[in-house]
Amino acid sequence: MTAPFTEDLRGRIADIVARYPERRAALLPVLHLVQKERGFIGPEDEIAVARVCGLRPVEVREALTFYTMFRRRPAGRHVLQVCTNLSCTLRGGERILDHIRMTLGIEPGRTTPDGRITLVEVECLGACDHGPCLMIDDVLHGELTGDKVEALLREISRP
Amino acid sequence: MSEKNLTRFFATAAPRALEDYLRTGGYEAARKALSSMTPAAVMEEVKGANLRGRGGAGFPAGVKWGFVPKSGEGPRYLCVNADEGEPGTFKDRYLLAHDPHLLLEGIILAGYAVGIRRAFVYIRGEYEELARRLEEAVSEAASRGLLGENILGSGYSLSVCVHRGAGAYICGEETALLESLEGFRGQPRLKPPFPAAVGLFGKPTVINNVETLTNLPGIVLHGAEWFLGLGKLGDGGTRLYGVSGSVVRPGVYELRVGARLRDIIFTHAGGMLPGRILKAVIPGGMSSTILGPDEIDVAMDCESLAAAGSMMGSAGIIVIDDSVPMLTVLDRITKFYAHESCGQCTPCRVGTSWIRKVVQRMMSGERRPDDLDTLVRLAGMMKGRTFCPFGDAAAGPVLGLIEKFRSELEG
Repeated sequence: MTAPFTEDLRGRIADIVARYPERRAALLPVLHLVQKERGFIGPEDEIAVARVCGLRPVEVREALTFYTMFRRRPAGRHVLQVCTNLSCTLRGGERILDHIRMTLGIEPGRTTPDGRITLVEVECLGACDHGPCLMIDDVLHGELTGDKVEALLREISRP
Repeated sequence: MSEKNLTRFFATAAPRALEDYLRTGGYEAARKALSSMTPAAVMEEVKGANLRGRGGAGFPAGVKWGFVPKSGEGPRYLCVNADEGEPGTFKDRYLLAHDPHLLLEGIILAGYAVGIRRAFVYIRGEYEELARRLEEAVSEAASRGLLGENILGSGYSLSVCVHRGAGAYICGEETALLESLEGFRGQPRLKPPFPAAVGLFGKPTVINNVETLTNLPGIVLHGAEWFLGLGKLGDGGTRLYGVSGSVVRPGVYELRVGARLRDIIFTHAGGMLPGRILKAVIPGGMSSTILGPDEIDVAMDCESLAAAGSMMGSAGIIVIDDSVPMLTVLDRITKFYAHESCGQCTPCRVGTSWIRKVVQRMMSGERRPDDLDTLVRLAGMMKGRTFCPFGDAAAGPVLGLIEKFRSELEG
């Protein structure tokens, strides 16, 4: 069970809804906000979001499962998204992903046992000129090398 | 000669603040249009400039605006397509990062020309930081009377709402973008009706790419003739060519429409990485048909690339070197399309995943003599049989690769 939305969160959601001619258009921004606040979108959150957007819970589920950025389960403290699309692959993106996989001992889609890092393999982050690249949470890191990746992993693995 | 227009201020610290933008002539085009031009005159100027859409399809922007009914009750909308997702494309990221006010001024001009009072910027979810900066620029502009009610005392009003996507390539397709903005799964609509008649919330809607809109201030300020002079007949202006892959200096290069592909790669992007030889080039984002090393003297404009059997697309140039097996390229491309198919149309949903399965088996070393023919057959079954261009986009690269690199892929 997740806790109900706080008054502050409800206020911010209302602000978002007010920006649209129709309430349901606020669905994606509201889901982004809820995920940011709570780390993921739980079943109770889906129901609460449905209510504010004037939707049935199944319509929220339907949309949310379509978009890869939304999570229905808790993620690690940091989310590591590694691009292996063509431009990044041409610059060694596959090797970078392998390096991370080995170092963390997990496959893409998984979280380290200590709950710190979730690893995700993604398609194109729109930074092909900086390939190979990855994102840690909402920050982009490009021109990756083995050393650079090691340093980044050390930084986010620190307690 | 410098060919820079959109990016001439990119050397300054990013992003360009409102003060700097104003000091260098910013919002002068909006001032000019709102004070001394009719909406119809703005539209005529843009039509005359032959500004072709920079998102991928290359449709003339002024003509697209002209499809919106002149009269009629109720609201109409502008949707800015900032869902840059075509692999190999990152030019809109540059524009958003460096010059958010240039985009906002373009939005004002488009809105004014078409009689729109509400604009939505649909920006890809991964550009979270850029979305935040753009929102700041919107409030900054509003606080100076450049957006909102009664812009610059002209009586024209326009609000801009920044809306983040959530990780779905298909939402760059304009009707999928509308569905997504309305809070649905991003699945394309059957056309017609086109968005100009029935778009966002069922109202007339213009959808323009970021780079397309950033060209408007220049056109309004300097005129259609000036813009045509920057490019070529029928295809005005400059383009932001994004170069990535096996080159020395990956990046965005602003050059005239019709610049030679060879020059972009070897002069501007610094040529191939040391010790590597050019093997192939994808000229306009992943969906465009691959070109061999003997085809790179082509001019980068919509017509020349179409004549060469490929397309201008988003001008995202991916350069592939001789150390890369074409099977790897095929693998990356088919993985992408199988992942991103929205699942609505059967030929695409089933086709992309079957193609993927065959390629994965080939990658594992288990080959069958008719693999390539199977792939050609599967790709052919998607082409032209889907609601949106995704089916063609997924089929084209497979067919192109097999046609041009058959002997290597057979090996």
